[in-house]
Amino acid sequence: MMKKLWPYTRGYRKWILFGVLCSASEAVFELLLPLVMADIVDTGIPSGDTGYILARGALMVLMALVSMSLGIGSAVFSSRAGQGFGANLRQAQYDHIQDFSFRNIEKFSTASLVTRLTNDCNMLQMSLMMGMRLLVRAPVMLVSALVLAVSISLKLSRVFLVAMPLLLVLIGLIVKHVSPMFSSLQERTDDVNLAVQENLSGIRVVKSFVREDYEEEKFRKRNDALRSTSERAFGFVVMNMPIMMLVTYGTIIAVMWYGAPLVQAGELEVGLLSTFFTYITQVLMSLIMVSMIMMMITRAIACAKRVAEVLDEVPDITDASASPGVTVADGSVDFDHVSFKYNDGSEKWNLRDIDLHIKSGMTVGVIGGTGSAKSTLVQLIPRLYEAQEGTVRVGGRPVQDYTMEHLRDAVSMVLQKNTLFSGTIRENLLWGDENASDADIEAACEAACAAEFIHRMPEGYDTDLGQGGVNVSGGQKQRLCIARAILKKPRVLILDDSTSAVDTATDAKIRAAFRTQLPDTTKIIIAQRIISVMDADLIVVMDDGRVADAGTHEELMETSEIYRDVYQSQQEGASIDG
Amino acid sequence: MAETKRRGPHGPGGHGGPGRGFQKPKDTRKTIGTLMGYIGRSKWLLLLVAVCLVLNTVCSIGGSYMLRPLIDDCIVPGDYPRLARTLVFMACIYICAALLSYTYSRIMVRVSQKATHAIRRDLFAKMQNLPLSYFDTHTHGELMSRYTNDIDTLTEILQNGMISLVSGVLTFVGVVAMMLYLSPILFLVTVFSLGLMLVVIMTVGKRSRRYFMAQQKDLGEVNGYIEEMIEGQKVIKVFNHESKARAGFQERNVRYRRSATNAQSFAGAMMPAMGNISHINYALTCCVGALLSIAFGLDLGSLVVYLQYTRQVSQPISQVSQQVNSILAAIAGAERVFEVMETPPEVDEGRTTLVHVTRAAGGSLTEAAGRSDGWAWKKPDGELVPLRGDVRFQDVVFRYVPEKTILHGISLYAKPGQKIAFVGSTGAGKTTITNLINRFYEIESGLITYDGIDVRDIRKESLRRSLGIVLQDTHLFTGTIADNIRYGKLDATDEEVRAAARLANADTFISHLPDGYDTWITDDGGSLSQGERQLLAIARAAVADPPVLILDEATSSIDTRTERLIEKGMDSLMADRTVFVIAHRLSTVRNSKAIMVLEQGEIIERGDHDDLIAQGGKYYQLYTGQAELS
Repeated sequence: MMKKLWPYTRGYRKWILFGVLCSASEAVFELLLPLVMADIVDTGIPSGDTGYILARGALMVLMALVSMSLGIGSAVFSSRAGQGFGANLRQAQYDHIQDFSFRNIEKFSTASLVTRLTNDCNMLQMSLMMGMRLLVRAPVMLVSALVLAVSISLKLSRVFLVAMPLLLVLIGLIVKHVSPMFSSLQERTDDVNLAVQENLSGIRVVKSFVREDYEEEKFRKRNDALRSTSERAFGFVVMNMPIMMLVTYGTIIAVMWYGAPLVQAGELEVGLLSTFFTYITQVLMSLIMVSMIMMMITRAIACAKRVAEVLDEVPDITDASASPGVTVADGSVDFDHVSFKYNDGSEKWNLRDIDLHIKSGMTVGVIGGTGSAKSTLVQLIPRLYEAQEGTVRVGGRPVQDYTMEHLRDAVSMVLQKNTLFSGTIRENLLWGDENASDADIEAACEAACAAEFIHRMPEGYDTDLGQGGVNVSGGQKQRLCIARAILKKPRVLILDDSTSAVDTATDAKIRAAFRTQLPDTTKIIIAQRIISVMDADLIVVMDDGRVADAGTHEELMETSEIYRDVYQSQQEGASIDG
Repeated sequence: MAETKRRGPHGPGGHGGPGRGFQKPKDTRKTIGTLMGYIGRSKWLLLLVAVCLVLNTVCSIGGSYMLRPLIDDCIVPGDYPRLARTLVFMACIYICAALLSYTYSRIMVRVSQKATHAIRRDLFAKMQNLPLSYFDTHTHGELMSRYTNDIDTLTEILQNGMISLVSGVLTFVGVVAMMLYLSPILFLVTVFSLGLMLVVIMTVGKRSRRYFMAQQKDLGEVNGYIEEMIEGQKVIKVFNHESKARAGFQERNVRYRRSATNAQSFAGAMMPAMGNISHINYALTCCVGALLSIAFGLDLGSLVVYLQYTRQVSQPISQVSQQVNSILAAIAGAERVFEVMETPPEVDEGRTTLVHVTRAAGGSLTEAAGRSDGWAWKKPDGELVPLRGDVRFQDVVFRYVPEKTILHGISLYAKPGQKIAFVGSTGAGKTTITNLINRFYEIESGLITYDGIDVRDIRKESLRRSLGIVLQDTHLFTGTIADNIRYGKLDATDEEVRAAARLANADTFISHLPDGYDTWITDDGGSLSQGERQLLAIARAAVADPPVLILDEATSSIDTRTERLIEKGMDSLMADRTVFVIAHRLSTVRNSKAIMVLEQGEIIERGDHDDLIAQGGKYYQLYTGQAELS
């Protein structure tokens, strides 16, 4: 897993190296200090040599200063490396997501992609940073302390033979026990958050049906589960410290017992004995630190896996078979016996054997019941999804022949669930064409019937929309989205039920503007209301994934039972927007 | 049309994503007081923790002190029996210390989990009682982060932070006392380096905090950008905007990297700085101690012990200095949580309740023990008024925000069993009227009565139970399709669920789903179309079988053909009920008993279809296509 993420340290590897060197040498310096102290206690004091004591003291201060610089260096370098790595990783993921097809995006949910980009990346950058500071420091500390301890007294160092394995086994047992607890802890946390989130977005439903108690009960169960799981997990984690204490002090006591005869025999000085205690603490502390790092790594690996999933996801729609120079010649659209299903494993086709031919410049209406796959049909045109069978052609060529950039520049689509971004109205419109002049923008807004309300706004095109376009109404939002799509000057313009929140008169005005201002553009309009498509050159009636009928209004009134049915149902009352 | 989407002002700063700016608590004392209320519920356990902490500190300081008699009286003279006794004694002290430490940590896990469990529970319960206007003015992200960020930080602090703070202070006090006892002169050296540490903490800490704030701001921006762009990823693809999105992200990503590098460098430098000041202190103490030992005969044991204490004394200081930021952050978080809890709840002082009744032959009503076909209002004095569905508005004035009046003195009446329709432009106040019937909002003046009872006198729970609402924006919960329909009536049988689905014509598409009624829905039913979700919402209302029904654009996303298919179902759903209908298709409202045409918060026309056509007013114009609503 770590190997997979290593490439993303590019550009920061020298900081990793420097950081590691700094923290390693800092650890060594820190350990040499007690040795110098032992000199003072064992040589300085008995001899009464003030000069010697002061010299050694100065050496200690100097060493501490060096060690401080190294420590600060380690902090600075590890921050650089960690943050750099995190930034690389975020960017790489984000860039890769840009290549995702709709299907790729749907495979991960939006929320999970956000988590992977935010929390998971932060966790990983933190792990690298802390890892550089501690992961190096701990083993260096361990080894040097051991070496120094042995150099003081080989005999006494034998206590480590018992203490170290004992501590490792105990910690290992805890870690082994705790790590599955932490993954279930994460699940419990997710459960609680999901309950809150759904409650928030459905608060009107909850209140309307007086389900507050039911919701509280649902929450109570999850909250209880979270509490008991955390209590169990953390209850185990807190055993770390006392165990560490017991082993450390046990070792110190053993060293005193075995060390006393050595002191008596003159083999060991008292100062060195005290230094030995320090090394015991350091050795065992390093082991604890290693175990803590291990736990952090376990958590980081889970994050790394999730991040790697995004990075490994193969975009299923690519420019692989495209010829870069080919652009869309005209706005003709052809479906040659196209079949499509969202889920490859599913038996049911969402679109079955669609054979449909649209000439450039035509206005095409698509009508059909809920779930008849109207949206699915048009989404194949800009290659948002890939048909499993048959060929979709635009401008006479299969859509796979064009680069996605050329294809989607030529095929402009207003999605049913549309998004405006934070920023001004102008900034949002420029998405259609970043070089659009004010006149272009005005013309597009005029055509989309957006100009009138934009002009009424105090700041006109510079009005701030707020996140997700919260500052405009549903109908205004739809008109802005249409204007944005028109600005692209596409060969094919697709409106997926994009005027549902716009009143009939405005809807008619928009359609009239399409006729006069975009005569050469193929216009494909999905609508609920027959009046929106009545005057189209071709009306396609979809039913359960098939083209049930196609023709002009007059023809369909003659031949299509479904169409007549819908028409009559809508004639019973004019439709208004309210 | 989307009046249900009406939201109050969303300030640009209202978004509470994962990376909010660093905030200091406003009223620390009050927050801590409330917090103590939660922890205080385990006061005996806390007392035990305090005792354990004190004993543990005594043990660990005492344990170190034992080194002096060990060295001076046992090892140096070579008194082995005494050495053995002292070592056993020491072992006992350390075992006690370890047990004590485990005990208080374990108890704190329990105490803190219990407290945060209670806080989460209370916060959620509170959320259920908040008026809708609160949700209009606060984003979901903001409320979510109360649970995710704020309570999490709080748990962490309660579980570890508090203990290390208290034990830090105790250790510090204890160690200082021992140091003074061992050698007041050496203590001067210690005071010097402790002062140095404080200076470093102050200066570095101040700059570090500034960098930290910059980091939080940039992090917030990165996260905000990620959320917004990933949310709109499909639009990005449709507009070939990928490279722009990359560049935009890179800019923010790099800015965050820079500020975070600064902040983390400073924060990370703190530890080695403190650690090495403590080493310098150690070196100085060592020198001075050695000189003292030569000049004044300070015993070796005391010096060794003092040196041990020198290591211990600086630990609490760096510990506390590291905790201060997170403790402040946790308190600020707790404050935000408690702020939500202190928001005044929905007013609900009504005492009239909804009860099941049975009607005796003579027409007198008796309250039924279980379910029955009849409903009645039970007034506080025990009087039973049959529920008929008679809703009246008298001069109702209402505004969501003080600046803008939405309804200007609306009067209307719906007789039992009538179908009342509202027609009008966006913002005319149609949805508002239905929001007032079920008292989602409080009216400014005027009176709304339900079967002659002021709705304010009816318990909200009863009021809403009597009304079934199908909202335009359907919300589905994670669970099966059947679970979602059953939300209308929790104890509905499978057959009732199916019948409701058939009524709403949802049965057809449900049976096409891989697992039929047991199909698992996630993500607010993201895999279903708007129309399918609305059918489920209708089924949900149907299974609830309420006396009064409100349909707010309930069929707006259902195509007319399907709408005709469910018409029969809708008719039987609406039969013998008072129904309020908001629709933008005149076909949906045409057969209503009374149609109200609303304009800018006023009813400008009323009557049935034929009356209104005969009047030749706005409705006539709409119907004949001479006028349009915007």
